Amino acid sequence: MTIPIDVETKHRIVVVLLWLAALVALAVLAFIIAVVLWNGLPAVTLSFLLESPRDMGRAGGIFPMVVSTVAVTLLAVIVAAPLGVGTAIYLTEYTSETALTRVIRFGAECLAGVPSIIFGLFGFIFFVIQLGMGWSVLSGGLTLAVMILPTVMRTAEEAIRAVPESFREASFSTGASRWQTVTQVVLPSALPGIVTGVILGVGRGVGETAAVIFTAGSSLHIPTSIFSPARTMAVHFYILAREGISMRHAYGTAAVLVILILAINTAANWLMLRFQAKQG
Amino acid sequence: MEEPTVEPKIAVRGLDLYYGRFHALKNIDLDVRPNTITAIIGPSGCGKSTLLRTFNRMNDLITGVRVDGSVRLDGQDIWTGSLTPVQLRRRVGMVFQRPNPFPLSVFDNVAFGPRAHGQRNRRVLEELVEESLRGARLWDEVRDRLNQPATELSLGAQQRLCVARLLAVRPDVILLDEPCSALDPVSTLAIESLMRELQDRYTIVIVTHNMQQAARASDESVYMLLGEIIEHGPTSQVFTNPKDSRTEQYITGRLG
Repeated sequence: MTIPIDVETKHRIVVVLLWLAALVALAVLAFIIAVVLWNGLPAVTLSFLLESPRDMGRAGGIFPMVVSTVAVTLLAVIVAAPLGVGTAIYLTEYTSETALTRVIRFGAECLAGVPSIIFGLFGFIFFVIQLGMGWSVLSGGLTLAVMILPTVMRTAEEAIRAVPESFREASFSTGASRWQTVTQVVLPSALPGIVTGVILGVGRGVGETAAVIFTAGSSLHIPTSIFSPARTMAVHFYILAREGISMRHAYGTAAVLVILILAINTAANWLMLRFQAKQG
Repeated sequence: MEEPTVEPKIAVRGLDLYYGRFHALKNIDLDVRPNTITAIIGPSGCGKSTLLRTFNRMNDLITGVRVDGSVRLDGQDIWTGSLTPVQLRRRVGMVFQRPNPFPLSVFDNVAFGPRAHGQRNRRVLEELVEESLRGARLWDEVRDRLNQPATELSLGAQQRLCVARLLAVRPDVILLDEPCSALDPVSTLAIESLMRELQDRYTIVIVTHNMQQAARASDESVYMLLGEIIEHGPTSQVFTNPKDSRTEQYITGRLG
């Protein structure tokens, strides 16, 4: 037997449940960030940020890791963004639904589901050994690029598909070519979505450990070129914690990493708002 | 038709069009006379928009469309002739059902076409924009807000902006695909009187489901049903003395 509940009560129960779900999700996130910052911030000083590590990281700072993280991630984005957006443009604007496009999409989905350690292994075999790039910013950046490519591609594709067909029609009807339509109408409208995808990729890249530990290496020195080995913050944190070198500095590194990711997301949001305000 | 000496602007011969297996246009023959407003009327799904979109090859953008027969613009076949789709669309412009300005400023909307065709000179662009906005009877309304987003204009003004955007590429033919279906009566009348003004310099083909509009604002009417042209003649004749009983049924409201 069911207890009769009137619609109004049902509605209230649902609202409370949904509200609770949102609250729990937010609380977990806030808790994680709080724990990391609570344990890590005491170690974070200006010298921690600007000095090289000493004694394997027990003392000194993490400046080379900050540089390495930025270098590896930047390289990954520079490679993955044009490839991903280009593929998305091809799939949406230049071809109709065929076996080939389905294969490309299926491939991208599979790629997105592959664990990052596999990308690390692939990067090690292919970039580090086969292509002789060694442990380097280049190997690490390319491996990360391959890893974030599906994310960038799928979000770009969705953003491009969301551009109203009427914009394309309007552009074509004034005699604009397909390329002009894509670059002057479609891409500007899709840009917020595309940027979101790239930022997601950056977020994944910045925090990635398994894919770069085999490919960028774990050198403690500041990389001087893309051929230098490098240790990203995530790898540094992993080594410090796992080998029991210094939990204090491990948390410090984690705190810097979390702040960096928050800063990237905030900057992206701000850019997007400015862009949208300009577009009107 | 009367004056057979006038060369048709658009000449359609034996046109068949298929969406996949669906036979959307059946053996269409049609002459569109220059500097004339031709209205295409008929019930929903009769193929009137499809026919209109054939004239500037907008149907090419849809997958699975197959065409037979010929469409000539000033005697030149639009498929086998030397015109590329881009060149064709410069000469045959289109205004759509819903106003579709780009999310850009009023100025950039009108300058879009000329820029796409390589015009970079700011002075030339400014002159073109003013001329086109005047042509679309919008200049006085927007002269002080050329840099505001076009999407902030009223719907009626947006539709006239779309006409201005079209005039800026200096086409010969203007296709209007139910241009007033999203507009209020006042804006509708504004578009209709605009069509009358543009008629001297352009050939106009309008698809409309509004029969009063066709009766008011066109010189010739084409009645379509199930992918075929049933009747084509001077608007006054089609509406007062239709030759085909199906046309009569439609215009008297017993069909469609």
